[in-house]
Amino acid sequence: MLTLSSISLNFGGLQVLQDVNLSVPEHGIFGLIGPNGAGKTTVFNLVTGLLTPGPGSIEFMGRRIDRMLPHRITRSGIARTFQNIRIFKEMTLIDNVLVALGGRPSYGVATVLLQWRNYRVAEGKDREVARGLLSKVGLADKSEQRAARLSYGEQRRLEIARALATGPKLLLLDEPAAGMNAVEKQQLIDEIVKLNAGGLTIFIIEHDMSVIMGLCHEITVLNFGRVIARGTPAQIRTNPEVIEAYLGKDEHSPSRPEGVSP
Amino acid sequence: MLAQQIVNAISLGGVYALFALGFTLIFGVLNVVNLAHGAVFMIGAYAALKAVVVLQLPLPVAILVAMLVTGAVGWLLEKFIFAPLRARQAPHLAPMIATIGVAITVTSLIEGTFGSENLRFPAEVLPAEILSMGGGAQITWLELEIIVLAFALMAILLWGLRKTGAGRALRGLAESPKAAALMGVNVEAFFRVTSILAALLGGAAGVLIALYANAVFPHMGQPMLHKGIAVVILGGMGDIRGALLGGFFLGFAEVLSVAYIGSNMRDAIAFGLLFIVLLLRPQGLFGHVAQRRA
Amino acid sequence: MEWLDSFWATYNTLVLSIGTNVLLALSIYLTLATGLLTVANAAFMGIGAYTAGLLTTQLGMPLIVALILGSLLPAVVALAIGRPTLRLSGVYLAMATLAFGEVVRILILNAEGLTGGALGLNGIPQLTQWFDVALAVVLTLVVLLRLARSRIGRTMAAICQDEIATEIMGLNVRAYKLFVFVSGGALAGLAGGLNAHFTFFISPNEYGFERAVDILAMGVLGGTGSPWGAVIGGLLITLLPELLRGLGHYRPLINGIILILIILYSPKGIWNLFRPVSESTRLPAAP
Repeated sequence: MLTLSSISLNFGGLQVLQDVNLSVPEHGIFGLIGPNGAGKTTVFNLVTGLLTPGPGSIEFMGRRIDRMLPHRITRSGIARTFQNIRIFKEMTLIDNVLVALGGRPSYGVATVLLQWRNYRVAEGKDREVARGLLSKVGLADKSEQRAARLSYGEQRRLEIARALATGPKLLLLDEPAAGMNAVEKQQLIDEIVKLNAGGLTIFIIEHDMSVIMGLCHEITVLNFGRVIARGTPAQIRTNPEVIEAYLGKDEHSPSRPEGVSP
Repeated sequence: MLAQQIVNAISLGGVYALFALGFTLIFGVLNVVNLAHGAVFMIGAYAALKAVVVLQLPLPVAILVAMLVTGAVGWLLEKFIFAPLRARQAPHLAPMIATIGVAITVTSLIEGTFGSENLRFPAEVLPAEILSMGGGAQITWLELEIIVLAFALMAILLWGLRKTGAGRALRGLAESPKAAALMGVNVEAFFRVTSILAALLGGAAGVLIALYANAVFPHMGQPMLHKGIAVVILGGMGDIRGALLGGFFLGFAEVLSVAYIGSNMRDAIAFGLLFIVLLLRPQGLFGHVAQRRA
Repeated sequence: MEWLDSFWATYNTLVLSIGTNVLLALSIYLTLATGLLTVANAAFMGIGAYTAGLLTTQLGMPLIVALILGSLLPAVVALAIGRPTLRLSGVYLAMATLAFGEVVRILILNAEGLTGGALGLNGIPQLTQWFDVALAVVLTLVVLLRLARSRIGRTMAAICQDEIATEIMGLNVRAYKLFVFVSGGALAGLAGGLNAHFTFFISPNEYGFERAVDILAMGVLGGTGSPWGAVIGGLLITLLPELLRGLGHYRPLINGIILILIILYSPKGIWNLFRPVSESTRLPAAP
């Protein structure tokens, strides 16, 4: 579905990504992990068009998207959430989602100005859809509240609702479990599984190994801008290079609490 | 007459650079676009003029007085505008708009107090002797003094920034206030010093231009401010070397355009350049896309 | 109705000015509400004023035609410079529009053959009636109120708060910015045309920095919450110098103080205008 081919990116002399190849299959849940600064969010930024790669290309459903404007990429079916949540804090929850629905307008400027009643009807429909999305993430009862008043976990859920509003086929989640407690993490996992079952392909960056290992069908590992491993969770878990990348030599594996002595 | 043009360009460019230095200092260290810098410039001119006319002070002393006055204004700006806004974590553009308010207010007050006509320095105060230099160029004592003073001030500033501990602290502060604070730099004090310093330079530039053109009027700060902006954009916002080079560049561009195109569009040169640079290379000819870390 | 006649005789310029200033305030409301600090509207007003004024004096066109063309030309200019200029953000955008305004003023000043240069344009027929201004204001308000409540207004507010997030949600931020910039320019041009035809004399300095700050003060005072804010801003900025007896010519002073006070002490509503960090849509690559 999504393919990155030989992607490299250099910024101010720093080689942020080097010859990255990865492929997200349709309908799967695909994970991207790596130590801090490995370049994971950069990959997301490239896919969503906020950055332009140097050499290399990015293809989504058969079309090249690496030179497309961000809003076009979104409209072609990719949505994302951000590592540091970027909801509109001053707006109500429902307005947040409505903004996202504005990307697939059901009415234009002319309608707003000249056909007030039709506009009201269309806006009413949009509100229905927005409310539906909010209830999907369990926030329907707070729809008229200002987003700033939400708890951290709720804000993350709002971000997901907003991302879903654009009608994506591929959803990019950037560290969605950050700052969540165990209960919230479980809810998140259930939610992601449900979305995936409904036909949405998921591409997730995460630091929490329990979330990643439990969810993903396939994982790619990034370190210092290069792909160092690729495979199923079981393969990644025991991959010595991955272990070394995270913890250095002669240390515990990332997924075994009791640790492994060499 | 090229030699003459070059002399003119150097004196004009020197003053532009002096003004731009103050402007870019405030941006580089306080991260504020100080649109009141033109008003400070104007106050410097008035202060010097009144010192000469009313207080009967000799010109060199009057220049010092002017710098003291504008330095005080710089202190006031930092204390009552920049510091409170910083404390409130005001958004990025707020100080800039506040300085617009200050500029307008101050200009209006000066106009109300001293009238809007063009005031002149008494003739006996201005040294008018003309020196002849090689190549058909002539320079008056006044122009020479202006050049010397402008260069002297810039040299002192640059020496201070590079060679003194305080200067190093200031440069570190410009890059990262948080890091500087961690290293024991008294950030607030340095902000105040910077604002005072920048105002000093702006005021000095004001006096020099007032002498150069022998004209003091309330709105003189405004075209200067625009040129200062052009210079700083050209040279890169916050870049000291850029302000210097940009100032001379503009000085030369203006003098040459007046000589060979005509003086009507002289002011448009600065803005035209500014516009083009902003569109093609916003970080200026010498600047870099500075990412302010912590 | 004699008191009305004498009231009008004394205050007609003031009332008409309130109207055109409200239009100007609405013109900057559009860009401010989208998070753009542009100070070019004074220049657009000037372009509109001169265009309309020349059309009526030189070509004898009826007011309505002059006004329409006087709004169209600034809009075209806004479109031309908008595309490259709006890529800038924050202070750079402000400075670029400031520079643009000055360039326009200098061009008008120097095009003596056409505009009369520093001597200005004289003898513009006093064609503007109160109902022209009233109609313009009412129509504009209705349009903007509707826009503000629709997804367009929502998107403007979203762009103001977080441009990148808005773009990621599939909205063409660049197009929205251009839309508000051009519309604002057209509105300012309309105000200029109307204004020129009751002050009957215009000069380049009318549309320079002082006017730009005037408009900015109206916008900042009114806030970006709703077009009504602009109405209040325009009203107050026009009336305040008059109400404070004899301070009519201290208008810039008042504007300056208002700006300082609002920035230092304003309620949160106006803060939304300026987001903490300005970023353009295309980030410089960062790890």
